[in-house]
Amino acid sequence: MDTFVQQLINGLNIGAIYALIALGYTMVYGILRLINFAHGDVYMVGAFAGFYIALSFGLAGPSFLSLTLVLVGAMLIAAAVGMVIERFAYRPVRKYSRMTTLIMAIGVSLLIENLFVARIGAAPRAFPDFLGSQSQPPYHLFGNAAISKAQIVIFLLSIALMLLLQWIVFKTKVGIAMRAVSFNLNSAKLMGINTDAIISLTFAIGSSLAAAGGVLTAQYNPNIDPLMGILTGLKAFVAAVLGGIGNIPGAVLGGLLIGIAETFVVGYGQHIGIASTYRDAVAFAILILVLLLRPSGLLGATVQEKV
Amino acid sequence: MKRTLLALLMITTLFVSFACERRGAGNSGGTAGPIAVGYYGDLSGRTSSFGQSTKNGVEMAADEINKAGGIDGRTIQIITEDDQGEPNKAATVVTKLINQDKVIALLGEVASSNSLAAAPKAQGSKVPMISPSSTNPAVTQVGDYIFRVCFIDPFQGEVMAKFSANNLKAKRAAILYDFNSDYSRGLYQFFKRSFTQLGGQIVSEQSYTQGDRDFSGQLTAIRSSNPEVIYVPGYYGEVGVIANQTKQLGIKAPLLGGDGWDAPQLWQLGGASLNGDYISNHYSVDDPSPAIQKFVADYKGRYNILPDALAALGYDSMKVLADAIKRAGTTENVKLRDAIAQTKNFPGVTGQITIDGDRNAVKPAVVLKLQDGKFVYETTIAPEGSAATRLSTPVKGATLGSVIPQ
Repeated sequence: MDTFVQQLINGLNIGAIYALIALGYTMVYGILRLINFAHGDVYMVGAFAGFYIALSFGLAGPSFLSLTLVLVGAMLIAAAVGMVIERFAYRPVRKYSRMTTLIMAIGVSLLIENLFVARIGAAPRAFPDFLGSQSQPPYHLFGNAAISKAQIVIFLLSIALMLLLQWIVFKTKVGIAMRAVSFNLNSAKLMGINTDAIISLTFAIGSSLAAAGGVLTAQYNPNIDPLMGILTGLKAFVAAVLGGIGNIPGAVLGGLLIGIAETFVVGYGQHIGIASTYRDAVAFAILILVLLLRPSGLLGATVQEKV
Repeated sequence: MKRTLLALLMITTLFVSFACERRGAGNSGGTAGPIAVGYYGDLSGRTSSFGQSTKNGVEMAADEINKAGGIDGRTIQIITEDDQGEPNKAATVVTKLINQDKVIALLGEVASSNSLAAAPKAQGSKVPMISPSSTNPAVTQVGDYIFRVCFIDPFQGEVMAKFSANNLKAKRAAILYDFNSDYSRGLYQFFKRSFTQLGGQIVSEQSYTQGDRDFSGQLTAIRSSNPEVIYVPGYYGEVGVIANQTKQLGIKAPLLGGDGWDAPQLWQLGGASLNGDYISNHYSVDDPSPAIQKFVADYKGRYNILPDALAALGYDSMKVLADAIKRAGTTENVKLRDAIAQTKNFPGVTGQITIDGDRNAVKPAVVLKLQDGKFVYETTIAPEGSAATRLSTPVKGATLGSVIPQ
C-alpha cells in the first residue's frame, strides 16, 4: 500500500509538470488550431532562463525567495520568447494553410534546439537547489511513503498557476476575448476585438506556464540540457490530446494521467514483463489509442468540424 | 528516373574508390616531421566532461614529451575530433582521422559504446588504437590493433561486489543500470555474478535510459525491496539526479558506482545527497606516491582543477603510446602494434601498466568514498592472480551485438 501511494505521488509530481506544459499546447490550439511544436523548447528556454538568472544574481543557497525570483523572471522571459515566436514565425504565415504553420512550428523547434546546442553545447547543467532537497530528508506520511519538500512545492505551485489561468480565462475581460477568438476568429475581429493582441497574449501565457514547469521540474531534477524539451514536450502534447485538445481542464487531467501511467509502468511493469524502459512508449501508445477510440479526448466535446 | 539513379550510383562508386585509394597511400607515417596522433572524444555532448578531461591529460603528456625533445627528435602532434558522445559520430570522426589526417595511432574513447563503434574502423585500417578508459571487455576483442590502459568491467564489477560483501557487510543489493549503455550493462552483469558468488542476494533489478530525468518509479520499487546497498553503474549526468531523488524518497542505503561517476558535474547535480556513497576508480588524487603527486600538481598548475581518473588515464595512454613508438623505432603500424602489445610494467600515473594477451591492462582498482564534494580514498583492491584476464570472456548480455560488425 505505501508503495502504491508513493508511486501515485511520484506520478502526480511529473504529471503536474506535463499539465503545465499541456496547457500551452491546448490554449494555442484552441485559438489558432495550431499544434505549436516549439512549445516543448519554450519549456527548455524557461529552465535555462531560470538557470542564467540564478547564475547572474549569484543565487544558489536554499531560499524560497530566490526560487520565487527565478520563477517569475523565467516566466517573463519565456513569455517574451513566445510572443516573439508568434510575431515573427507564425503571424506572417497565418494566412496560408494550416500545414504551413505546422511546418513552421517544427522548423522553429529545431532552430531553438540547435541554436542552444551550438551556443552552449548539449552537456547537462546543474540547476541550483533552492529547496534544500539535496540534504533535507522527506516528510514521512505512513509506512514507507514519503513526500519531499520539492514535490509539495511543485504540486502546490502548479495547482495555483492552473487556478490562476482558469480565473483569467473565465473571469476577466481578456479571458472573454480569448474565448471569443477561439470560438470564431473573424467574428471576434468584427466585434472589435484586437485578435492579434489576444493571440499574442495567449502565446505569452502558455509560454510562461511552460517556463514555470521548467523551473519547477529543475527543483526535483536539477539536470537541464538544450534537448530536454523534446520528449517532455511530446508527452505534454499527448496529455493535451488525451484530455481533449482545446480544453483547459482536459489538459490538466491528461497531464496527471500521463504522469501516473508512466510511473506505474516503471514501478509495476516488471511484474507483467514490461521493462521500465517502456515508459516513453506508453505515452505514445495512449496517443494512438485515444486517436482510434475517442479522438476528441476525455473531456473534449464531439463537435462537427466547421466548414 | 532510372538514369538519374544509375548516375548517382556511379558517382557514389567513384567517391568510394577514391576514398579507398587515399587510404592505401597513407599510414606509413613517414620518418620525419611531427608524428600525427588522433584523439577523439565527447567534447560537447552529454558526457563531455569525460572527453574534456581525457583531452587535457593527452595534451599534457604530449607537451611533456615534446618539451623533452620529442621521440627521436620528432614531436607529437595531437589531432582532436569531437564525436559528441554518439557512437555513429565516433565511427565517422575516426574514419576521418585515419583517411584525411593519416594519424599513426588513435587515442579514445571513454564510453565503451563509442569505442566499440570506432574500433572496427581502426582495426579495418590497421591503425593501432588505445582506449584510455573504456572498460567493457568487448572493446579490445574487436581485433589485434585495439588496446586499453585501464582495467576491465569484470574486475571493476567484482571490486564493488567484494567491497559491499566484505567491507560493508551487505547481504541484499539492488541494481539500477542504464539499459542502453554497454558499460553499464556490463558492470551490472559482473557485479551481479560476483555478489551472488559471495553469498549476497540481488533483491531488485531496475533500469533507465540515458537522458531520463525522473527515477522515482524505479527507486520506489527498489525501496520496497529493502536493499542494504544500491549499485548504480551509470554516468554522472543521470547519477547526480538519481542520488538526489534517492534522498527525497528517504532511502538511506548508500549508492555504489564505478568510474563513470567521476566528473566535477556530479557534485553540481547531486550535492550533499551523494555523501556516504562509494565508487570504484582507477586512481586516487590523495595517493601519496611522488609520481602521482607530481602529476596532480602539474595538472592543477596547467588547468587549475584536480585531475580526475579520466585525465590520468588519458595521460597514461599517450605515455604508453610514446613509449611503444620509441621501442619500435618506427611509426609503421605492424611494428607499433607489436610494441604496444609488449608493454610491460610501464610506470603510469594510474599504476604499473602491463598489457596482457587480450590487450587489456591488468592493475588494481581503488574504492573512493564520496564526502562533501570530494572523493576520499577508502581502500585498494588488487586483481586475484590473473583473475581479471581469466574473466575477460564476455558475459551474455554484456555486449550489444549490433555495435560490432560480423
